[in-house]
Parts: sequence; structure tokens; C-alpha cells
Amino acid sequence: MTGMSAKTTGRDAPAGDLRLVNLTKRFGIFTAVDDLGLTIPQGSFFALLGASGCGKTTTLRMIAGLEQPTSGQVLLGDRDIARLRPYKRPVNTVFQSYALFPHLNIFENVAFGLRRRGIRSVDDEVMRMLALVQLDDFGHRRPAQLSGGQQQRVALARALINQPQVLLLDEPLGALDLKLRRQMQIELKRIQTEVGITFVHVTHDQEEAMTMADTVAVMNAGRIEQLGAPADIYEYPGTAFVANFLGQSNLLAAEAAGPAGSEVPVTAHGANFSVPADRARADRGTVYLGVRPEKLHLADSADRVPAGHQHVTGVVTDASYVGVSTQYLVRTGWGGELSAFAANSGLGGRLPVGASVVAHWDPRHAFLLPRKPGQDDDRTAGLLDEPVGASS
Amino acid sequence: MTALAHVPTSTGQPPGPPPPPRRGRHRLLPYLLLLPGAAWLLLFFAVPLFQLAAASLYDPSGSLATGYALTWAFGNYPDVLQAYWPQFARSFGYAGIALVLALLMGYPLAYAIAQKAGRWKNLLLVCVVAPMFTSFLVRTLAWKTILSDNGALVGLLRDVHLLGPDGRLLATPIAVILGLTYNFLPFLVLPLYASLERLDHRLLEAAGDLYASPVQTFRRVTLPLSMPGLIAGTLLFFIPATGDYINAELLGTPNEYMIGNVIDSAFLVRLDYPQGAALSFLLMAAILAVVFGYLRRAGTEEVL
Repeated sequence: MTGMSAKTTGRDAPAGDLRLVNLTKRFGIFTAVDDLGLTIPQGSFFALLGASGCGKTTTLRMIAGLEQPTSGQVLLGDRDIARLRPYKRPVNTVFQSYALFPHLNIFENVAFGLRRRGIRSVDDEVMRMLALVQLDDFGHRRPAQLSGGQQQRVALARALINQPQVLLLDEPLGALDLKLRRQMQIELKRIQTEVGITFVHVTHDQEEAMTMADTVAVMNAGRIEQLGAPADIYEYPGTAFVANFLGQSNLLAAEAAGPAGSEVPVTAHGANFSVPADRARADRGTVYLGVRPEKLHLADSADRVPAGHQHVTGVVTDASYVGVSTQYLVRTGWGGELSAFAANSGLGGRLPVGASVVAHWDPRHAFLLPRKPGQDDDRTAGLLDEPVGASS
Repeated sequence: MTALAHVPTSTGQPPGPPPPPRRGRHRLLPYLLLLPGAAWLLLFFAVPLFQLAAASLYDPSGSLATGYALTWAFGNYPDVLQAYWPQFARSFGYAGIALVLALLMGYPLAYAIAQKAGRWKNLLLVCVVAPMFTSFLVRTLAWKTILSDNGALVGLLRDVHLLGPDGRLLATPIAVILGLTYNFLPFLVLPLYASLERLDHRLLEAAGDLYASPVQTFRRVTLPLSMPGLIAGTLLFFIPATGDYINAELLGTPNEYMIGNVIDSAFLVRLDYPQGAALSFLLMAAILAVVFGYLRRAGTEEVL
């Protein structure tokens, strides 16, 4: 960026990666963040994904300085900022509630950070920021006169104008309606690419995380369950939690007896299946055999199953038409239920409830996950969960 | 913010056609609701005010015994101003100093109760209001005891040589100012509390996130957002404190008398109605001038 020569020294220094080292936060006896270790590369769009109460917001607040870690470090480059007061950190936050100052107009809201750092001539920079978020003509208005989406963009501009080394986004799109949210997701991604600042985005919306982030960390109970590129995590989840939090999965309780060549044979409910060895997170003992619903295809008889596919037979118990796809529940011979999404591509008809079907999948799309002995039930995401659409 | 107002669709009534509009009654309703208050104000405020205005223009040579004549004696006003300007000045001076003291104590107090008190909030609020359950007069008499020459406070101050061996608090301007500060403090604290209680803590976090030090956060966020309460509180404090005469009467001497004392004696002791009325109007005008000047400067849209 140009025109920022008035910045205080140190702020222009290369940011370096953001590293969380053994970061722990306890509230009384409750451990919100548990010995977290994480490296967020400079300039990346990083998403912390998790259900509410998993510690993701607490992690974000510790990076921002709004929460003191019980132990551990927050390293920005080589500097530990964990004990710095928030106003001394080169980090800015887009708050979930936006937290725009109601007594200041949009211009002054955006200029707030610059003014607090003693920068006198802010006009050019503020106007440039308002242009970036497409609110050029709104400078004189008050926050209350703006729509939710516009307020969200003001909050973004107000944080970005400071050129922080790290921008934190705390579920910033949560209050927007679906259409606006999609629009803002693309917008945020565009802005991040443009300014090149490290974005750390906290969300419980897996689709939002996958849409925007280069790297997604799935958090559960104060720990990182899995970290990686969205497609990698989605296609090959690391744990049963991830398999059902990031999208949905059919997880069949199975037994594996170790790899045989490039395959891992497994037994589930009396039937034999196999999974490629490089898609097995566990290859011995109790495992889950996982298949994503959109990778599970339905055929009306066993001889229509393509060669090389594996299958189970069942009966359609529910069919929900959701536009882009039809979501089926199939009751299997052993009584379990499988979820299958069929894209409404116009090829092949829809199956009625009660139809006998063969559910089949390509073994290369299946995966094996470790399962604790005793967790003998299948884990299948029900149809009432958030639809992921036809993403196959 | 986009707080989603949840409007219940069912009000417990069986669904049916909407009642026929009754426009005539609906248009009258606001006025009907205004009526009792308006009548009360007319009878007990507007009419006496008018009488007072008339009384202030009576011939000053009249008396209750001989009767008064309305001679449009505008000269009453310069006369009383000339005679009693020290009391006027004292009123505003004492009330102003008391206001500063009350702000120094009341703002931190209101802030602490609103933002930091947690589950003690209600108890602390009761503590602020509780003295009001006793009579104004009794409270001021209690201060007379507290400040008395052989009381503990004066003794302590003499011991640490903040007061000379014969120094006193009672019957000094200090006593009157302390009394005013004490008696009107709740009027300042309560509106301030209401303002600060609404202050969104997340805005303070946001300010800190945007490089504002705690002092800057206070100046740029907390103070402007508490302005409505601050203005309401200072007015509720300053206006009655300026017109007060009990504190000067009980804790001071004629040397500390404020304009309220003069009006009090004009009406009840000297029975000089034209003078009392003229003084009352001057006080009202002066307070209005100060208040408007103040609101001009403080200038928040919420108040004006």
C-alpha cells in the first residue's frame, strides 16, 4: 500500500508468522483453550472453525489482547505479544457485534484508529478505505442509519485502515442474511487478497470457512482437531468429529485387521469392504468406515453398480428435495441409516420412499478413522442438519 | 445493529377479522391522555406563575395591609438586583463548586455501580437512594451535627492542623457547599448511572483494539456516550442547588445566605411580595440562561 508514510515505526516492519505456543486459558475449573499450538503463516486467510464453546473466540480474544492467557505465548514474528495491552498490539479486530461507535459518524469511526495514533491527515486514507468497502458516500452518516451489511463493512474498514499485521474476524458475518453473507464472503476474500494482511477468521459456519480460508483449523473442546486446506480436510477428515462437523459423513462402525497390500480390508455389520491404505487414519482394530453422502450413489439393483464400487442394500425411508439435490435416508439391512445426496442434474429419476435400493461408493472416496472401542453405533448425520449442497 | 426484533405472531386471541378502525377515538386519545397533566400544570403552575409575574410588577410601596396596586413597576427588577446581587452571585458560586465536587465523586461512583459492581449493583443503588427516604431537613440537621465545633470531624482536622485551633466548619461557606453537594448528589448519580449502564462494554473493547489507551477510551467513547446522563444529572443537580435555602439557613450564617434565603424572607418575613416575586423571576431567568448556555455548549441532539 502507498501513502502510509506517516505510520509509526515498527508497524511497517514485516509482520512474520503468528504463532500460538502452548496457549492455555482457564476460567475457574473450565479450560476454554487447552495447550493450543498453531502457526498461522503471514498473509494467509486462516479460519478457526468450531461449535460455540469450543474455545475459538477465546483464542481470538487472546490474540487481540482482550483476554489474558493463563499460560503460553502469542508470538508475532519473534515478539511475544501475549502480555501486551490491546492498544499496543499491531492487531485489529472486526467484532461480531461490529461495535461501531454510535456517537461518531462513519468517517470518524473509520478514522478512529489513525487518530488515536496521532495521525493528523486522515482524509485520504479514510476515503480510500471507504472506497475499498464501497461506502464512498456514507462518511457523514451515523452507524444506526446503515444496514447490517453496511455496518459490517464499516467495521472492516475501521480495522483495515490501521494496516494491522493480523486482522481478527470474530464471526463477522453471523448477523447477515444468507444472500448478503455469500456476497460478503467473496468480498472479504477479495479484500484479503488485495491487502495481503494475515486474516484470522473465527466462525462456526463450515461453509463460510471453506469458502474463504486457505487453511482451516477445526477446533473442539479447546484443542485443534485438524488443520489443513479446506478440500484436504473435507475429502479426508482426521477424526469422526471433523467428518461430521465439516460437512456430513456416514460413519459405519467397523473392524480392520491391518493393511493387506495397498488396501485395508474392513468388516462392518457382517459385510466386507476395503479402503485404499492411503485413506486410512487407522488400519487396525475398531475403526469407522466413512463415506460422504454425496459420494454415496443409489442404484435400483445390484447389477447397475459400477465395477469396482462397493455397496450395501437398503430401503429409502426419506427423500427431501432441496433444490440442487435430493437427500435420501436409506435404511440398511442391519437397521442403520445412511444419508445419500443425489445432485438434481436431470440425469436419472428420483427414488420414491419405500424403494429398495443399492447404495454404492467408490472405495477411493471412502476413508477409515480411528474409533474408540465401545462406540459401536454408526454415526450418520441426519437429514435435518445443514445441507452442504451438491459439492461433489 | 441488526437486533432481530421477534414479533410474536399470536397474541393469544383466536384469529379473526381485525376490529373495525375507530379513527375518531384514536385521534382523540393522545389529547385525553394529556388532559390530567395539562390541567394540573395550568392550575398549579401557569396560573401562579402569571400571578407571580403580576406581583413582581406591583407598586413597591404597597403592603399586605394597605393592598397592592399593579403599576407595571419594572423598576422592581433593577432594584432587587442592586440590593441582592451578592446573594445571586453566591448562589451560582456555591452551586457551581458543589457541582464540581459532586461530579468528581458522582461520576466514578456511577461508573463503578454501572460497569463494575456486578451483583452488588442493586444494593449500591439502594445506598445512593436510601438517604432520600429521610427528610431533606433531617439530613441537613444531621450535617449540622457532623460539622459541629466539638464533633469528631472538626477535631480531626484541628489535630492534623488543616484547621486552626479555633477553626470551624459550621457557619462557613464550606459547610453550605458540603451540604449542597451531599443533598443533591443522588440527582446527579442516578441519570449518570442510567447512561453508563447502557454503555456497551464491547465499544470499550473496540476502542482499546483501535489503539485508544484507557484515558483516550474514556475521553473518546465513555464520556461522549454518557453525555445525555451527564447533562441531565448536572441540570437536576444545579437547578435545585442554586435555588436552595435550607443548607445556607441551617449550615451557614447570613453571610452565606443564598438567593433562596432572600426570597424566603421576602415572602414570609418581610412580606414584601413585589420584591420576592421579582427575585423569583430573576432567579428563573438566570437559571434558564445558564442552562441554555450550557446545553448550547454541550450540544447533544438528545437533549435539545
